[in-house]
Amino acid sequence: MQAVKYARASSVDEAITLLRDGGDTARVLAGGTDVIVQARERRRHIELFVDIKHIPELTSLTHGGDGGLTVGAATPLYRIYGDTEVVRRFPALAEATHVIGGKAIQGRASLGGNLANASPAADSIPAMIVLAGVARVAGPGGTREVPVAEFCSGPGRNVLQPGEFITSIHFPPPAAGSGQAWERFIPRNEMDIAVVNAATYLAFDGDVVTEARFALGAVAATPLSVPAAAAAVVGRRLTDETIAAAAEAARQTATPISDMRGTVRQRKHLVGVLTEHVIRRAVERARA
Amino acid sequence: MTTTDDAILIRTTINGDPVTFLSSQRDSLLEALRERLNMTGAKEGCNNGNCGACSVMLDGRLVNSCLVLAAEVEGARVDTIEGMADGETLHPLQQAFLEEAALQCGICTPGFLMSSRALLAENPTPTEEEVRFWLAGNLCRCTGYDKIVRAVLKAAGEMNEAR
Repeated sequence: MQAVKYARASSVDEAITLLRDGGDTARVLAGGTDVIVQARERRRHIELFVDIKHIPELTSLTHGGDGGLTVGAATPLYRIYGDTEVVRRFPALAEATHVIGGKAIQGRASLGGNLANASPAADSIPAMIVLAGVARVAGPGGTREVPVAEFCSGPGRNVLQPGEFITSIHFPPPAAGSGQAWERFIPRNEMDIAVVNAATYLAFDGDVVTEARFALGAVAATPLSVPAAAAAVVGRRLTDETIAAAAEAARQTATPISDMRGTVRQRKHLVGVLTEHVIRRAVERARA
Repeated sequence: MTTTDDAILIRTTINGDPVTFLSSQRDSLLEALRERLNMTGAKEGCNNGNCGACSVMLDGRLVNSCLVLAAEVEGARVDTIEGMADGETLHPLQQAFLEEAALQCGICTPGFLMSSRALLAENPTPTEEEVRFWLAGNLCRCTGYDKIVRAVLKAAGEMNEAR
Protein backbone atom coordinates (compact mmCIF):
# COMPACT_ATOMS: atom_id res chain seq x y z
CA MET A 1 0.00 0.00 0.00
CA GLN A 2 1.19 3.52 -0.74
CA ALA A 3 1.86 5.76 2.28
CA VAL A 4 -1.73 6.70 2.93
CA LYS A 5 -2.98 8.43 6.06
CA TYR A 6 -6.34 7.81 7.71
CA ALA A 7 -8.76 10.34 9.17
CA ARG A 8 -12.21 9.69 10.58
CA ALA A 9 -14.87 12.36 10.02
CA SER A 10 -17.78 12.61 12.44
CA SER A 11 -19.80 15.15 10.43
CA VAL A 12 -20.27 16.21 6.82
CA ASP A 13 -18.65 19.55 7.60
CA GLU A 14 -15.63 17.84 9.13
CA ALA A 15 -15.30 15.62 6.06
CA ILE A 16 -15.45 18.68 3.79
CA THR A 17 -12.67 20.33 5.79
CA LEU A 18 -10.50 17.19 5.81
CA LEU A 19 -10.94 16.71 2.06
CA ARG A 20 -10.19 20.39 1.35
CA ASP A 21 -7.04 20.31 3.49
CA GLY A 22 -6.00 17.00 1.90
CA GLY A 23 -6.24 18.42 -1.62
CA ASP A 24 -6.10 16.36 -4.80
CA THR A 25 -4.74 13.22 -3.17
CA ALA A 26 -7.47 12.94 -0.50
CA ARG A 27 -10.24 10.42 -1.11
CA VAL A 28 -13.41 9.50 0.67
CA LEU A 29 -13.38 6.03 2.26
CA ALA A 30 -16.76 4.32 2.55
CA GLY A 31 -16.75 0.51 2.22
CA GLY A 32 -13.29 0.64 0.65
CA THR A 33 -13.89 -2.43 -1.53
CA ASP A 34 -12.84 -0.56 -4.69
CA VAL A 35 -10.71 2.32 -3.44
CA ILE A 36 -8.45 0.31 -1.13
CA VAL A 37 -7.62 -2.03 -4.01
CA GLN A 38 -6.98 0.98 -6.29
CA ALA A 39 -4.61 2.47 -3.70
CA ARG A 40 -2.83 -0.85 -3.16
CA GLU A 41 -2.39 -1.47 -6.86
CA ARG A 42 -1.37 2.18 -7.36
CA ARG A 43 -4.12 2.79 -9.88
CA ARG A 44 -5.00 5.94 -7.94
CA HIS A 45 -2.54 8.13 -6.08
CA ILE A 46 -4.06 8.56 -2.63
CA GLU A 47 -2.35 10.12 0.39
CA LEU A 48 -5.34 10.56 2.70
CA PHE A 49 -8.45 8.47 3.29
CA VAL A 50 -11.33 10.35 4.92
CA ASP A 51 -13.57 7.73 6.53
CA ILE A 52 -17.20 8.85 6.23
CA LYS A 53 -18.80 5.78 7.86
CA HIS A 54 -18.99 7.41 11.28
CA ILE A 55 -21.20 10.25 10.05
CA PRO A 56 -24.66 9.01 11.13
CA GLU A 57 -26.60 10.30 8.09
CA LEU A 58 -24.09 8.64 5.72
CA THR A 59 -25.03 5.16 6.95
CA SER A 60 -28.78 5.65 7.31
CA LEU A 61 -31.63 4.18 5.30
CA THR A 62 -34.87 6.16 5.55
CA HIS A 63 -38.31 5.60 4.09
CA GLY A 64 -39.96 8.99 3.73
CA GLY A 65 -43.59 9.73 4.56
CA ASP A 66 -44.28 10.15 0.82
CA GLY A 67 -42.96 6.63 0.06
CA GLY A 68 -39.58 7.85 -1.15
CA LEU A 69 -36.30 6.27 -0.06
CA THR A 70 -33.09 7.93 1.03
CA VAL A 71 -29.98 5.77 1.34
CA GLY A 72 -26.87 7.20 3.01
CA ALA A 73 -23.96 7.04 0.59
CA ALA A 74 -21.90 4.72 2.84
CA THR A 75 -24.75 2.40 3.91
CA PRO A 76 -23.51 -1.16 3.29
CA LEU A 77 -25.35 -3.18 0.64
CA TYR A 78 -26.58 -5.89 3.02
CA ARG A 79 -28.72 -3.31 4.80
CA ILE A 80 -30.35 -2.30 1.51
CA TYR A 81 -31.38 -5.73 0.21
CA GLY A 82 -32.00 -6.81 3.81
CA ASP A 83 -34.66 -4.11 4.29
CA THR A 84 -38.09 -5.66 3.76
CA GLU A 85 -39.60 -2.36 2.56
CA VAL A 86 -36.83 -1.96 -0.04
CA VAL A 87 -37.47 -5.52 -1.24
CA ARG A 88 -41.22 -4.85 -1.46
CA ARG A 89 -41.19 -1.34 -2.97
CA PHE A 90 -37.78 -1.04 -4.71
CA PRO A 91 -37.15 -4.63 -5.86
CA ALA A 92 -34.83 -3.59 -8.72
CA LEU A 93 -32.48 -2.02 -6.16
CA ALA A 94 -32.67 -5.11 -3.95
CA GLU A 95 -31.91 -7.38 -6.91
CA ALA A 96 -28.84 -5.40 -7.95
CA THR A 97 -27.35 -4.95 -4.48
CA HIS A 98 -27.89 -8.62 -3.60
CA VAL A 99 -25.38 -9.82 -6.22
CA ILE A 100 -22.59 -7.24 -6.05
CA GLY A 101 -19.55 -9.24 -4.91
CA GLY A 102 -19.94 -11.90 -2.26
CA LYS A 103 -21.27 -11.64 1.29
CA ALA A 104 -18.02 -10.19 2.67
CA ILE A 105 -18.09 -7.43 0.03
CA GLN A 106 -21.76 -6.72 0.75
CA GLY A 107 -20.90 -6.16 4.42
CA ARG A 108 -18.89 -3.09 3.39
CA ALA A 109 -19.61 -1.92 -0.18
CA SER A 110 -22.06 0.97 -0.62
CA LEU A 111 -24.31 2.60 -3.22
CA GLY A 112 -22.32 5.82 -2.98
CA GLY A 113 -19.12 3.91 -3.64
CA ASN A 114 -20.56 1.94 -6.54
CA LEU A 115 -21.74 5.22 -8.10
CA ALA A 116 -18.57 7.24 -7.44
CA ASN A 117 -16.38 4.41 -8.76
CA ALA A 118 -18.25 4.90 -12.04
CA SER A 119 -17.57 1.50 -13.54
CA PRO A 120 -19.43 1.11 -16.86
CA ALA A 121 -20.50 -2.33 -15.54
CA ALA A 122 -21.54 -1.17 -12.04
CA ASP A 123 -24.51 -3.31 -11.06
CA SER A 124 -26.41 -0.82 -8.92
CA ILE A 125 -26.27 2.14 -11.32
CA PRO A 126 -28.85 0.98 -13.93
CA ALA A 127 -31.23 0.18 -11.05
CA MET A 128 -30.68 3.63 -9.56
CA ILE A 129 -31.20 5.28 -12.97
CA VAL A 130 -34.59 3.66 -13.61
CA LEU A 131 -35.69 4.48 -10.06
CA ALA A 132 -34.93 8.17 -10.84
CA GLY A 133 -32.24 8.25 -8.16
CA VAL A 134 -30.69 11.60 -7.33
CA ALA A 135 -27.27 11.84 -5.69
CA ARG A 136 -26.98 14.47 -3.00
CA VAL A 137 -23.48 15.90 -3.06
CA ALA A 138 -21.64 17.97 -0.45
CA GLY A 139 -18.46 19.96 -0.96
CA PRO A 140 -16.65 23.22 -0.28
CA GLY A 141 -19.18 25.12 -2.41
CA GLY A 142 -22.20 23.78 -0.53
CA THR A 143 -24.58 21.01 -1.49
CA ARG A 144 -26.14 20.10 -4.83
CA GLU A 145 -28.15 17.34 -6.43
CA VAL A 146 -27.08 15.28 -9.45
CA PRO A 147 -29.39 12.75 -11.12
CA VAL A 148 -27.71 9.34 -11.11
CA ALA A 149 -28.30 9.21 -14.88
CA GLU A 150 -25.96 12.22 -15.29
CA PHE A 151 -23.37 11.29 -12.68
CA CYS A 152 -20.85 9.18 -14.61
CA SER A 153 -18.74 10.90 -17.26
CA GLY A 154 -16.49 8.03 -18.40
CA PRO A 155 -14.97 4.78 -17.17
CA GLY A 156 -13.95 5.51 -13.56
CA ARG A 157 -14.82 9.20 -13.98
CA ASN A 158 -17.68 11.25 -12.58
CA VAL A 159 -18.94 14.81 -12.31
CA LEU A 160 -17.75 15.38 -8.73
CA GLN A 161 -15.66 18.51 -8.38
CA PRO A 162 -12.55 18.63 -6.15
CA GLY A 163 -13.51 18.14 -2.50
CA GLU A 164 -17.04 16.96 -3.29
CA PHE A 165 -18.52 13.64 -2.16
CA ILE A 166 -21.89 11.91 -2.24
CA THR A 167 -23.81 12.07 1.03
CA SER A 168 -26.95 10.16 0.02
CA ILE A 169 -29.02 8.90 -2.87
CA HIS A 170 -32.71 9.75 -2.91
CA PHE A 171 -35.41 7.82 -4.77
CA PRO A 172 -38.91 9.25 -5.30
CA PRO A 173 -41.85 6.99 -4.46
CA PRO A 174 -42.68 4.46 -7.20
CA ALA A 175 -46.16 5.05 -8.63
CA ALA A 176 -49.01 2.84 -7.43
CA GLY A 177 -49.31 -0.15 -9.73
CA SER A 178 -45.85 0.35 -11.24
CA GLY A 179 -43.35 -2.46 -11.78
CA GLN A 180 -39.56 -2.66 -11.91
CA ALA A 181 -36.84 -5.23 -12.43
CA TRP A 182 -33.07 -5.55 -12.74
CA GLU A 183 -31.11 -8.39 -14.29
CA ARG A 184 -27.59 -9.18 -15.44
CA PHE A 185 -25.84 -11.80 -17.51
CA ILE A 186 -22.65 -13.38 -16.18
CA PRO A 187 -21.04 -16.67 -17.24
CA ARG A 188 -20.45 -17.72 -13.62
CA ASN A 189 -23.23 -18.33 -11.12
CA GLU A 190 -22.11 -15.57 -8.73
CA MET A 191 -19.22 -13.22 -7.96
CA ASP A 192 -18.69 -11.86 -11.45
CA ILE A 193 -18.72 -8.58 -13.35
CA ALA A 194 -21.69 -8.11 -15.66
CA VAL A 195 -21.29 -8.85 -19.36
CA VAL A 196 -24.48 -6.78 -19.63
CA ASN A 197 -26.94 -5.59 -17.01
CA ALA A 198 -30.34 -4.00 -17.55
CA ALA A 199 -33.16 -2.44 -15.56
CA THR A 200 -36.60 -1.00 -16.14
CA TYR A 201 -39.32 0.89 -14.32
CA LEU A 202 -42.83 0.92 -15.84
CA ALA A 203 -45.95 2.76 -14.65
CA PHE A 204 -49.42 2.07 -16.04
CA ASP A 205 -52.89 3.47 -16.48
CA GLY A 206 -54.80 0.22 -16.86
CA ASP A 207 -52.80 -1.65 -19.50
CA VAL A 208 -51.30 1.45 -21.06
CA VAL A 209 -47.76 2.43 -20.12
CA THR A 210 -47.73 6.00 -18.80
CA GLU A 211 -44.12 6.25 -17.73
CA ALA A 212 -41.07 4.13 -18.55
CA ARG A 213 -37.38 4.23 -17.81
CA PHE A 214 -34.73 1.85 -19.08
CA ALA A 215 -31.03 1.61 -18.27
CA LEU A 216 -28.16 -0.60 -19.38
CA GLY A 217 -24.70 -1.34 -18.01
CA ALA A 218 -21.45 -2.64 -19.55
CA VAL A 219 -22.42 -1.58 -23.08
CA ALA A 220 -20.94 1.95 -23.22
CA ALA A 221 -18.34 4.14 -21.49
CA THR A 222 -20.86 4.81 -18.73
CA PRO A 223 -24.06 3.14 -17.54
CA LEU A 224 -26.71 4.31 -20.01
CA SER A 225 -30.18 5.68 -19.68
CA VAL A 226 -32.20 4.51 -22.71
CA PRO A 227 -34.99 7.02 -23.49
CA ALA A 228 -35.51 5.49 -26.96
CA ALA A 229 -36.70 2.25 -25.35
CA ALA A 230 -39.05 4.23 -23.11
CA ALA A 231 -40.45 6.06 -26.15
CA ALA A 232 -41.22 2.70 -27.76
CA VAL A 233 -43.64 1.74 -24.98
CA VAL A 234 -45.07 4.93 -23.43
CA GLY A 235 -48.70 5.48 -24.48
CA ARG A 236 -48.97 1.87 -25.67
CA ARG A 237 -50.08 -1.49 -24.36
CA LEU A 238 -47.28 -4.00 -23.86
CA THR A 239 -47.57 -6.63 -26.56
CA ASP A 240 -44.92 -8.89 -28.08
CA GLU A 241 -44.48 -6.19 -30.75
CA THR A 242 -44.04 -3.20 -28.42
CA ILE A 243 -41.73 -5.21 -26.16
CA ALA A 244 -39.66 -6.17 -29.21
CA ALA A 245 -39.56 -2.52 -30.27
CA ALA A 246 -38.22 -1.49 -26.86
CA ALA A 247 -35.61 -4.25 -27.01
CA GLU A 248 -34.57 -3.15 -30.50
CA ALA A 249 -34.31 0.49 -29.36
CA ALA A 250 -32.08 -0.64 -26.50
CA ARG A 251 -29.92 -2.63 -28.95
CA GLN A 252 -29.56 0.45 -31.15
CA THR A 253 -28.56 2.62 -28.17
CA ALA A 254 -25.88 0.24 -26.87
CA THR A 255 -22.32 0.88 -28.11
CA PRO A 256 -20.41 -1.97 -26.48
CA ILE A 257 -16.80 -2.99 -26.99
CA SER A 258 -15.36 -6.48 -27.25
CA ASP A 259 -13.22 -7.43 -24.27
CA MET A 260 -12.39 -10.44 -22.10
CA ARG A 261 -15.99 -10.60 -20.84
CA GLY A 262 -17.85 -10.54 -24.12
CA THR A 263 -17.93 -9.45 -27.74
CA VAL A 264 -19.87 -6.61 -29.34
CA ARG A 265 -22.18 -9.13 -31.00
CA GLN A 266 -22.86 -11.04 -27.78
CA ARG A 267 -23.46 -7.86 -25.81
CA LYS A 268 -25.85 -6.43 -28.41
CA HIS A 269 -27.75 -9.72 -28.35
CA LEU A 270 -27.85 -9.74 -24.53
CA VAL A 271 -29.17 -6.16 -24.45
CA GLY A 272 -32.23 -7.30 -26.39
CA VAL A 273 -32.73 -10.43 -24.30
CA LEU A 274 -32.31 -8.71 -20.95
CA THR A 275 -34.49 -5.74 -21.93
CA GLU A 276 -37.30 -8.13 -22.79
CA HIS A 277 -36.74 -10.07 -19.54
CA VAL A 278 -36.89 -7.01 -17.30
CA ILE A 279 -40.03 -5.73 -19.05
CA ARG A 280 -41.84 -9.03 -18.55
CA ARG A 281 -40.74 -9.32 -14.92
CA ALA A 282 -41.67 -5.68 -14.20
CA VAL A 283 -45.12 -6.33 -15.67
CA GLU A 284 -45.55 -9.38 -13.44
CA ARG A 285 -44.66 -7.28 -10.41
CA ALA A 286 -46.98 -4.46 -11.45
CA ARG A 287 -49.86 -6.94 -11.67
CA ALA A 288 -49.00 -8.78 -8.45
CA MET B 1 8.00 0.12 7.49
CA THR B 2 6.39 2.09 10.27
CA THR B 3 7.58 5.63 10.69
CA THR B 4 6.73 7.73 13.73
CA ASP B 5 4.69 9.99 11.50
CA ASP B 6 2.68 7.09 10.12
CA ALA B 7 2.04 5.19 13.38
CA ILE B 8 -1.41 4.96 14.83
CA LEU B 9 -2.57 3.47 18.13
CA ILE B 10 -5.58 1.21 17.71
CA ARG B 11 -7.84 0.03 20.54
CA THR B 12 -10.09 -2.82 19.59
CA THR B 13 -11.62 -6.05 20.87
CA ILE B 14 -10.41 -9.26 19.22
CA ASN B 15 -12.17 -12.53 20.00
CA GLY B 16 -13.58 -10.94 23.13
CA ASP B 17 -10.27 -9.65 24.49
CA PRO B 18 -9.40 -5.94 24.58
CA VAL B 19 -6.36 -5.41 22.37
CA THR B 20 -4.35 -2.23 21.89
CA PHE B 21 -1.70 -2.20 19.22
CA LEU B 22 0.47 0.13 17.18
CA SER B 23 -0.06 -0.03 13.45
CA SER B 24 0.81 1.84 10.31
CA GLN B 25 -1.98 3.92 8.80
CA ARG B 26 -1.41 2.10 5.51
CA ASP B 27 -1.80 -1.38 7.03
CA SER B 28 -4.81 -3.45 6.16
CA LEU B 29 -6.56 -5.25 8.99
CA LEU B 30 -5.16 -8.47 7.49
CA GLU B 31 -1.59 -7.13 7.66
CA ALA B 32 -2.10 -5.92 11.22
CA LEU B 33 -3.52 -9.28 12.35
CA ARG B 34 -0.78 -11.32 10.72
CA GLU B 35 2.30 -9.16 11.06
CA ARG B 36 1.70 -7.08 14.17
CA LEU B 37 -0.47 -9.39 16.28
CA ASN B 38 0.94 -12.74 15.03
CA MET B 39 -2.58 -13.99 14.35
CA THR B 40 -1.89 -15.86 11.13
CA GLY B 41 -5.20 -17.71 10.82
CA ALA B 42 -6.60 -15.27 8.28
CA LYS B 43 -4.72 -15.84 5.01
CA GLU B 44 -3.67 -13.54 2.20
CA GLY B 45 -4.87 -15.04 -1.07
CA CYS B 46 -5.69 -12.42 -3.70
CA ASN B 47 -5.44 -9.24 -1.58
CA ASN B 48 -8.26 -7.69 -3.62
CA GLY B 49 -11.53 -9.11 -2.29
CA ASN B 50 -12.04 -12.03 -4.64
CA CYS B 51 -10.91 -15.09 -2.68
CA GLY B 52 -12.25 -14.73 0.88
CA ALA B 53 -9.21 -16.39 2.50
CA CYS B 54 -8.86 -13.36 4.81
CA SER B 55 -12.50 -13.40 6.01
CA VAL B 56 -13.08 -12.15 9.55
CA MET B 57 -16.03 -10.67 11.41
CA LEU B 58 -16.07 -6.91 12.02
CA ASP B 59 -18.78 -5.76 14.44
CA GLY B 60 -20.66 -8.96 13.66
CA ARG B 61 -20.46 -8.70 9.83
CA LEU B 62 -18.38 -10.87 7.56
CA VAL B 63 -15.68 -8.80 5.81
CA ASN B 64 -12.54 -9.30 3.76
CA SER B 65 -9.82 -8.14 6.17
CA CYS B 66 -7.61 -7.23 3.18
CA LEU B 67 -10.21 -4.57 2.26
CA VAL B 68 -10.37 -2.98 5.72
CA LEU B 69 -7.72 -0.61 7.02
CA ALA B 70 -6.40 -1.49 10.47
CA ALA B 71 -7.20 2.10 11.45
CA GLU B 72 -10.86 1.45 10.67
CA VAL B 73 -11.21 -1.05 13.55
CA GLU B 74 -10.54 1.54 16.24
CA GLY B 75 -13.33 0.96 18.77
CA ALA B 76 -14.71 -2.01 16.85
CA ARG B 77 -15.08 -5.72 17.61
CA VAL B 78 -13.11 -8.18 15.49
CA ASP B 79 -13.62 -11.94 15.53
CA THR B 80 -11.16 -14.26 13.80
CA ILE B 81 -10.67 -17.97 13.23
CA GLU B 82 -8.42 -18.05 16.33
CA GLY B 83 -11.54 -17.57 18.47
CA MET B 84 -13.67 -20.22 16.81
CA ALA B 85 -12.81 -23.32 18.87
CA ASP B 86 -13.72 -23.37 22.56
CA GLY B 87 -10.36 -24.31 24.05
CA GLU B 88 -9.69 -27.87 22.92
CA THR B 89 -13.26 -28.33 21.70
CA LEU B 90 -13.66 -27.68 18.00
CA HIS B 91 -16.64 -25.71 16.69
CA PRO B 92 -19.15 -28.07 14.99
CA LEU B 93 -18.16 -26.55 11.64
CA GLN B 94 -14.47 -27.30 12.25
CA GLN B 95 -15.35 -30.85 13.29
CA ALA B 96 -17.53 -31.35 10.21
CA PHE B 97 -14.80 -30.00 7.90
CA LEU B 98 -12.44 -32.65 9.33
CA GLU B 99 -14.97 -35.47 9.11
CA GLU B 100 -16.01 -34.60 5.55
CA ALA B 101 -12.41 -33.90 4.43
CA ALA B 102 -13.56 -30.45 3.34
CA LEU B 103 -10.00 -29.25 2.90
CA GLN B 104 -6.80 -30.26 1.21
CA CYS B 105 -4.10 -27.58 1.25
CA GLY B 106 -5.98 -25.64 3.95
CA ILE B 107 -5.25 -22.08 2.82
CA CYS B 108 -8.89 -21.26 2.17
CA THR B 109 -10.20 -23.14 5.23
CA PRO B 110 -10.15 -20.36 7.87
CA GLY B 111 -12.06 -18.11 5.47
CA PHE B 112 -14.61 -20.81 4.66
CA LEU B 113 -15.11 -21.50 8.37
CA MET B 114 -15.65 -17.83 9.21
CA SER B 115 -17.99 -17.38 6.27
CA SER B 116 -19.92 -20.57 7.07
CA ARG B 117 -20.33 -19.56 10.70
CA ALA B 118 -21.72 -16.20 9.58
CA LEU B 119 -24.17 -18.01 7.29
CA LEU B 120 -25.42 -20.34 10.04
CA ALA B 121 -25.80 -17.42 12.45
CA GLU B 122 -28.14 -15.75 9.96
CA ASN B 123 -29.76 -18.87 8.50
CA PRO B 124 -29.46 -21.99 10.70
CA THR B 125 -31.21 -24.23 8.15
CA PRO B 126 -29.79 -23.30 4.74
CA THR B 127 -30.51 -25.28 1.60
CA GLU B 128 -27.59 -26.49 -0.50
CA GLU B 129 -28.27 -23.63 -2.93
CA GLU B 130 -28.21 -21.09 -0.09
CA VAL B 131 -24.89 -22.50 1.15
CA ARG B 132 -23.38 -22.24 -2.33
CA PHE B 133 -24.68 -18.69 -2.82
CA TRP B 134 -23.38 -17.53 0.56
CA LEU B 135 -19.96 -19.12 0.05
CA ALA B 136 -19.54 -17.71 -3.49
CA GLY B 137 -17.06 -15.17 -2.10
CA ASN B 138 -14.72 -17.91 -0.86
CA LEU B 139 -12.55 -19.68 -3.40
CA CYS B 140 -11.10 -23.19 -3.00
CA ARG B 141 -8.80 -24.63 -5.67
CA CYS B 142 -8.55 -28.12 -4.12
CA THR B 143 -11.89 -29.60 -3.09
CA GLY B 144 -14.25 -28.71 -5.90
CA TYR B 145 -16.55 -27.34 -3.17
CA ASP B 146 -18.81 -30.39 -2.81
CA LYS B 147 -17.09 -31.57 0.37
CA ILE B 148 -17.24 -28.08 1.84
CA VAL B 149 -20.96 -27.75 1.11
CA ARG B 150 -21.59 -31.20 2.62
CA ALA B 151 -19.62 -30.26 5.75
CA VAL B 152 -21.59 -27.02 6.22
CA LEU B 153 -24.92 -28.82 5.81
CA LYS B 154 -23.79 -31.54 8.24
CA ALA B 155 -22.69 -28.98 10.84
CA ALA B 156 -25.97 -27.10 10.43
CA GLY B 157 -27.91 -30.31 11.11
CA GLU B 158 -25.82 -31.12 14.17
CA MET B 159 -26.05 -27.60 15.56
CA ASN B 160 -29.83 -27.64 15.13
CA GLU B 161 -30.11 -31.00 16.90
CA ALA B 162 -28.05 -29.67 19.80
CA ARG B 163 -30.42 -26.68 20.22
